[in-house]
This record gives sequence, C-alpha cells and structure tokens, in this order.
Amino acid sequence: MSDKIKITIDGKAIEAELGQTILEAADAAGIYIPRLCAHKDLLPIGSCRVCTVIVDGRPQASCVKPVMDGMVIENDTEELLQHRRNIIDMMFVEGNHFCMFCEKSGNCELQALAYRFGITAPQYPFQFPEKDVDASHPDILLDHNRCIMCARCVRASQELDGKNVFQSIGRGFDRKIGVNGEKALGDTDMDVNDKAADICPVGCIIKKRVGFETPYGERLYDKEPIGSDIEKGATA
Amino acid sequence: MSEMKAVVNNICKEFGNDRTRLMDIVRGVQEKLGYVPPEAFELIAEKAHTHRVEVESVVSFYAFLSDKKRGKMVIRLCDDIIDRFQGGEDVAKALSKELGIGFGETTEDGKVTLEKTACIGMSDQAPAMMVNDVMVTNLTVEKIPEIIAKLRETEDPQSLVTECGDSNNAHELVRAMVNNNIREGGPVILSNHRRGGGLRKALTQTPEEVIEDVKGAGLRGRGGAGFLTGFKWELTRKAAGTEKFVLCNADEGEPGTFKDRVLLTERPDLMLEGMTVAAYAIGAETGIIYLRAEYAYLRAFLEDVLNRRREDNLLGINILGNEGFNFDVRIQMGAGAYVCGEETSLIKSCEGTRGDPTDRTPFPVVAGYMVSPTAVNNVESYCCAARIMDMGAGWFSSIGTARSAGTKVLSVCGDCDRPGIYEVPFGTKLRDLLQRVGAEDVAAVQVGGPSGQMVGPAQFDQEISFEELATGGAIMIFSNQRDILEVVEAFMEFFVDESCGYCVPCRVGNVLLKSRIARVRNGEGSPDDLAYLHRLGESVKRMSRCGLGQTSPNPVLSTLKNFRPVYNALVRENTTGRLKSFHIMKAVEQASQIADRRSEVFHA
Ligand SMILES: Cc1cc2nc3c(=O)[nH]c(=O)nc-3n(C[C@H](O)[C@H](O)[C@H](O)COP(=O)(O)O)c2cc1C
Ligand code: SF4
Ligand code: SF4
Ligand code: SF4
Ligand code: FES
Ligand code: FES
Repeated sequence: MSDKIKITIDGKAIEAELGQTILEAADAAGIYIPRLCAHKDLLPIGSCRVCTVIVDGRPQASCVKPVMDGMVIENDTEELLQHRRNIIDMMFVEGNHFCMFCEKSGNCELQALAYRFGITAPQYPFQFPEKDVDASHPDILLDHNRCIMCARCVRASQELDGKNVFQSIGRGFDRKIGVNGEKALGDTDMDVNDKAADICPVGCIIKKRVGFETPYGERLYDKEPIGSDIEKGATA
Repeated sequence: MSEMKAVVNNICKEFGNDRTRLMDIVRGVQEKLGYVPPEAFELIAEKAHTHRVEVESVVSFYAFLSDKKRGKMVIRLCDDIIDRFQGGEDVAKALSKELGIGFGETTEDGKVTLEKTACIGMSDQAPAMMVNDVMVTNLTVEKIPEIIAKLRETEDPQSLVTECGDSNNAHELVRAMVNNNIREGGPVILSNHRRGGGLRKALTQTPEEVIEDVKGAGLRGRGGAGFLTGFKWELTRKAAGTEKFVLCNADEGEPGTFKDRVLLTERPDLMLEGMTVAAYAIGAETGIIYLRAEYAYLRAFLEDVLNRRREDNLLGINILGNEGFNFDVRIQMGAGAYVCGEETSLIKSCEGTRGDPTDRTPFPVVAGYMVSPTAVNNVESYCCAARIMDMGAGWFSSIGTARSAGTKVLSVCGDCDRPGIYEVPFGTKLRDLLQRVGAEDVAAVQVGGPSGQMVGPAQFDQEISFEELATGGAIMIFSNQRDILEVVEAFMEFFVDESCGYCVPCRVGNVLLKSRIARVRNGEGSPDDLAYLHRLGESVKRMSRCGLGQTSPNPVLSTLKNFRPVYNALVRENTTGRLKSFHIMKAVEQASQIADRRSEVFHA
C-alpha cells in the first residue's frame, strides 16, 4: 500500500505515505525530529513530547500523529527549540543523572540529545528524588535514578518478547516503572536476551558484567551527534 | 489469608472474571478488606486473566485505592483552597488532635485513617469531608470532638447524619446532610417541566432528525470544552462499527464544580432521558455513567432510578414499544482521579485500567470504549439534549448568545453570601452574577476552576459564554482579604497531585511551577523568576499531552497577566548577584552535622 501524499516540513515539500506518522515521514525524507520514547521497533506512545511539532498551528507529537495530505508542519523553529530544551532539562532534574559515573554515557540518548541542543547544565533546580536501585536479577540492573519513564521497556516486553515484565505504577511525579513480580526484577521472567534488556534509551536498564566494554570516547554519540544517521540516510 | 482468597474469588466471579471490570474488582476487594493487599494482586491477576503488575498499576493509580492496611473508617478532608479559607486548616488540626494522629496515619486501634483529598464537590458547604462514603459538611472546629466521639462509639459514619439536607438529599436511598442550595433556576434545567416528553418526541423522529435538532439548537458540551454535541453524535453515528456506546461523564473533578452533583440528585431522569435520546440518535445499546468516587453516596439512589426506568420500559428492550430500540445503562464508579474526567482517560477507567489518557487520533467518536464509536458527554449536556427534544431547537437557541445557546448551571463558592447553584442564560455578565450571589469587595474570580482563568475587576464586565468567560460550571470568588498567590500555589499543588505522570512536561513542569511560585510568595523572587514562570508555563501548556497539562499552568499564566502588580510587589531586582532563595546556613547545616562541628566561616 503506497498512497503517496504531500506534506511540508519547515517549508520543504516532501512526499509521505498514508499510514505513516509525521516522524516516520520526516525520517524517510532525511529530516531529523528529536525523539526519546519513540523507537523504530515499537508502537509509539507519545510520552516524552520531545518530538512535538506544530501542525496547522497546533502542537502535536509527531511520533503518534498520522500524516494527512497537505499538512503544514513546523519542526525547526525557535519556539520549538526552546520548548524541547525545557523538556530535556526536566528529564535531567526529575531523576539523578551523574553522567560521569554512568555506564551509559556516550551511548545515552538523553545525554546525546542534551549535547545536540547545546545543554551543558539544566536551568531547572535538581529535585534529587529518592529512587531505588534493583540489583535482584542475576544479569540485569535496574537503576531507577536514571529512568525517564519512556515505557520502551514496557512495550518491548509486550510487543517483542511476548512477556509483560514491566508496567507503570503510581502517578504524577511519583510514577515509576514496576515489574511483574512479587518484589523485584529477579522475581520476574525477564531474561538477559530479551529485547527489553536492550531497549532503554538511558542507563536505567543495564546489563551486568559487560560494563565499559567500549571505552568512553569511542561510543555511539561520542563520534557524531544523535540524529546524524537520519540526516545522512534519506530513504525517500 | 484464606479469607482474602475467598473474598477475591467471590468478587472476581461476581464480575465474570472479566479483565475489563478490574476497577470494580479492586474496589470490591477494598470494600471487603479495607485495602487491596499486595498478596491479592497475583490472585486477582490469575482470576481476571491479566498480570500482577497490571493490578498493581491500577491500585497505585487511584487515590481512593490502597495496598496498605487502613482504618475501618477513612476520613478524607477536603484540602482545597476554598475550604482552607473557610477554616479548613483549623478543622484539620482539630481532627488531628482529637484522633491523636497526623494526616496519612491510622489510629492504633485500627479504627480511623486520616487523609486529605482534593475538592469533593461540597464547595458551597465547606469545609467538608467524607467518612467512607458519607459526606460531612459545614465543619467547624467545635463540631470535631463530637463527630469523633460518635464515630468511635458507633463505628458507623452514617450515624453522623442527624439531619438530612434539602429535597432528594433526604430521599431514603440518599440520606445525606448535603444541601442542593439551588438559588436560581433557569428555563432549561432547573424549572418545572414535563417528564419524559423529550424522549417520546425523539422517538417519533428518525435518528438523523434528532441529530439535526441537537445541531440546530447549537448545544455545546457543558463539561468545559464546548464541542458541538449534535456534531459529536453525528460523527459517532456515522463511524463504522456495529456496537456503539453512550458515556455520561459524571466525574466532576474540577475544584469548585458541584453542579453535576445537584443535577444527579435532582434531575437524574432528565439526564437519563438525554442519554437515551443519544443512544437512539447514534444507535447504541449500552450506556455507562462514570460516577466519581466522591459521589458514591448517590449510587444506590441512581441504581434505583435505573430500575424504575427499566420497569417503566424507558430502558431495556423495545423502549416505549419501539421495536428494536434497546438501551441499558450501568454505573461505573471512579476511584479518585481528576484526570479520569478527561474523556479518553474516563474510557480507560471504564475498561478497567489505570486512567492514563490516550492519544486523540483516533478520537473516541471513532474508537472509544472497547475501541468502538463512543459519545462522551457531560451530565448537563444530556439534560439539555432532552429538553431540546421536548421544546424544540428554536426555543433552545433563542436563549443565550449567538455562539453559546441555552443556559449554564453554575456552581458558585468562596467569598459571597449566597453560594450554591445558579442556572443563568449564557451572556450573563460576571458583574451581575457577583451581585446576585452577594459578593462584595471581590478581588478575583476563578472562572472554570483551576484549569480556567483567574480574572480581576477589569474583566468583570465580560459575559459568561464560550466566547468570553468559559466555564464548566465553577465560579470561585476571592475577596480582597485573600492572598492571590496562595490560591495559585494551592491550585498548582492540585495539578501536581493529579497529573497522571505519563508525559514529561506535565509530570515535571507542574512541580517546578509550584516550587517557583512558592519562592516568589516567600519574597525571595526576582523579576527573572517571573520570566522563568512564564516560559516554563508556556512549555507545559504547549507540550503536554492531554487537557490536564495543557491547562495546568493557567493559574500561573492568567495571574501573571491579570494580577501583575501582585507579583511585582513581591519580587525585587537582584543587585547582589546572589540568589535570594539560597541560604548558606541551611546549605552547610548537614555538613556541620556530619562533621559534628560548626563551620568556621559560616555560623550564626
Ligand atoms: C483533566 C480534565 C478533566 C475533565 N473533567 C471533566 C469532568 O469532570 N466532567 C466533564 O463533563 N468533562 C470533563 N472534562 C472534559 C471531557 O474531556 C470531555 O470534553 C467532556 O466530558 C465532553 O462532554 P461535553 O461535550 O458534553 O462537555 C475534563 C477534561 C480534562 C482535560
Ligand atoms: S542515563 Fe544518560 S543522562 Fe543519565 S546519567 Fe547516564 S548518561 Fe547521563
Ligand atoms: S527503564 Fe528505561 S526503557 Fe524503561 S521506562 Fe525507564 S527509561 Fe524507559
Ligand atoms: S498532560 Fe498530565 S495528565 Fe495529561 S497525559 Fe500528560 S502527564 Fe498525564
Ligand atoms: S518521541 Fe514522540 S513523544 Fe516521545
Ligand atoms: S469540597 Fe472543598 S472546595 Fe469543593
């Protein structure tokens, strides 16, 4: 099925297919829209809001909004840049992120986004919430200090692993990722080879005994900014 | 333990071990055991064919559900700013003192748990609290010892009701001390009118004609957003799908709003008539009333109304002899979550999950309850629809303004002589209303509750309508004695408590807004903080996922706009280059404690 339609992003006319989301259409055209909760192998849920664009004057999360013929989309604007930076800052201060001690540093999508946006220190006050570290699983560590509640793990477990290891519990600022076991991850049927073990954009789900295999400086986003692959690899 | 098993088994069975009735199942378990023990999660999951963590997810979402053992009687004191201004804080202290426990605690004998909660819909008879399902209104410090003594003695909250309120509040199935306080009725809803006329007339027309009438009347949703009801019904009717649903939003969670409570008490038949008309128009056989947990005291009464309507063939099979027109309604109880008033969240809750809103593409009219076309409308909207059927579209649209047809039922609370219910035609000037309710010396009016706008005297000549001052019903009045920023901070606290936490801007942004307002209130702010509040507020408003986050910065943004002098008087240009909110003594305190000596440089 390829019903071609036309949309414009920041004044640039591009072709899209009905059924695509704005984010998918932009990716295919080599236009990078920043994102965190979206992942190419998972159904989108629109929770981080970093991918928000303006469609016909209204903000819409591009990862969930389907394209329609003739849509006029703003992506790279001063207003959105500001809002997106603010949201990224929020994710830093709502958790406890000490990048210099973090195994994920250099491979972390949140950190990489911050760099791409030129953020060196968040403008908001740190909230220093008390969060748990769950080391009960023999092969996997769950460090809630770094969780951004993107629910990728929830979806990966359900959609890719056919399990139900994770789910959100609580609400508001105290919302967190819960596990399908009596107490901790060790009580669940999570396996280190599950897709959910590899899907976390940040350093919340970490595999044990493989830390620092790739040294700092040689990691994914140490070499080029996040989104570069999309900007280089237009498929349409 | 085995008692727990038996309870869970029975309740799951009662709801057909149906996963989509999880709300009722966990509510049922809590009703029997006083809480939902974590040991029950697995069992419930097994019976209802779901996962343990899904059960935990639901229980942890709703404020009225708990996985910790609580007292036999749970006191929930309304903590809204309206109550605080009417002496609620002293009542809180008195309760605490009398029970010998703090909020969030349970007495040693396991009898009473003390909690605070958001507006319980009694703002015109504040301060108010709930004891289990029983409403206790017009509290004073003096009444507390007697109340607690009685609860200790009888262990029956109903024993607190020695005198019932007006009208149906005294009905044998209600027996509440609540008052309707209907101060002024209007032609559409709170007047004497024929019963059942609307439905009978609707059934003489085709569903399409009914929709045309509702459209022609210009009826716009009364829940706040003002979407055209007839258009919504048309979309639902035309959407593909064999099963369709009519949902009534009786969640009424916006602080300061209590008009649906009064309509549910006094006009339940009119509301159900409207729902039945909607069912006929869109082709639905099932309806659900989503009733907020706070209004559980009305449940038996409403069930009885449903039964009477079934007996009278106003619900059920072949309604009023109309071959093939079948419609019935069930009540879905909420469990304490403001966001569940948002229609997609309400649908999720009806499906038995946590109330995270969903994306609005597709819209509920296309894929709502059980992924089927669903019309969600407010209690008052259904009442209006029934009246339109009876009196005609022209009659309805002749009342009100060009773009806001009909009347609006308002709930007025705060600093005025006659708080309560007023049904006024759209287009009524706020100033006129203030005069009628006996409000003098008014500094500010919160129109539409925390998610609405805070307006000052400069806006009092605007009219109540979708065009100018839109409101789902709340009118909260604050006199010149009140601290506007105290109100703002309390409202931000409300949004922090009620955010579902799904998306970043609302989950985090509201916390940041609240703490910066607190800084400004403390006199530690600079003009930079006002710019910060504005920028942050705009980000939360523009980037949030659902209506909650998109409106939650309104208390801050509307006061920055309409009450700028209040802010300006509190902030001072920072000439020292140091943050006023930073206290060096506080900052070194912990280090001093650890080192067990005072700082050589910084000490008192
Ligand atoms: C956070 C939030 C809370 C809401 N609460 C209510 C409510 O308690 N009652 C209500 O009727 N609508 C509420 N709404 C509006 C509903 O989403 C929906 O628009 C309304 O029920 C539609 O009915 P109407 O068109 O008849 O107004 C709320 C919206 C939001 C975003
Ligand atoms: S998860 Fe990412 S942002 Fe957080 S500490 Fe680790 S590297 Fe830094
Ligand atoms: S654990 Fe990782 S993948 Fe899961 S919600 Fe948190 S940040 Fe997202
Ligand atoms: S805006 Fe707030 S309430 Fe709405 S989805 Fe986001 S976090 Fe939840
Ligand atoms: S990527 Fe779209 S909301 Fe997160
Ligand atoms: S009941 Fe307290 S403000 Fe509504």
